[in-house]
Amino acid sequence: MSYISGARLVPNEKVRIALTKIDGIGPKKAIQVCSRLGISGNIKMNELTKYQIDKMEQMIGQDHVVHWEFKRGERADIERLISISCYRGIRHKDGLPLRGQRTHTNARTCRKPIRK
Amino acid sequence: MSRSLKKNPFVANNLLLKIHKLNTREEKEIIVTWSRASTIIPTMIGHTIAIHNGKEHLPVYVTDRMVGHKLGEFAPTLTFQGHARNDSKFRR
Repeated sequence: MSYISGARLVPNEKVRIALTKIDGIGPKKAIQVCSRLGISGNIKMNELTKYQIDKMEQMIGQDHVVHWEFKRGERADIERLISISCYRGIRHKDGLPLRGQRTHTNARTCRKPIRK
Repeated sequence: MSRSLKKNPFVANNLLLKIHKLNTREEKEIIVTWSRASTIIPTMIGHTIAIHNGKEHLPVYVTDRMVGHKLGEFAPTLTFQGHARNDSKFRR
């Protein structure tokens, strides 16, 4: 098990896939990080050397917004919508879909109780 | 898909004229408009615009954080009062 900036990464997964387990890093940024390190994205996580993992951690910490910082940014965006009380803000507050989906049935994802 | 930058944000002509007139005279008065599709642009900041919601005009004070949104987003067209209570229980 290796940890990169606090995230537990799956050891027998491709680097490209394993990096997307971090909040704020998707497939595109994962490939970017791999290419900047000069490694293939297709090698497994447990084949990396310790030096490479350190380097990767450093790179992600410097250039990308991840984890709680990323979540805080998301939260701030929603807070902004609520404070100006536009349609999307009101829908966020009511816990209903924002983009005109039907609510007669379905709309289960956004109606989920917020985990704390 | 977002609107071409070449065309600038959409604002209804009559609304644009009214705001221009108020800005040059440096007056503040409630602007009544039906144009919900108009984008809020920086010249509108500080004005109060009454936006049609299909039935009446709701006055909205435009602040700097609203720039870039459409006017219609601030005047909800639906009012949901909650579900009607089931009367059958009370009739018995």
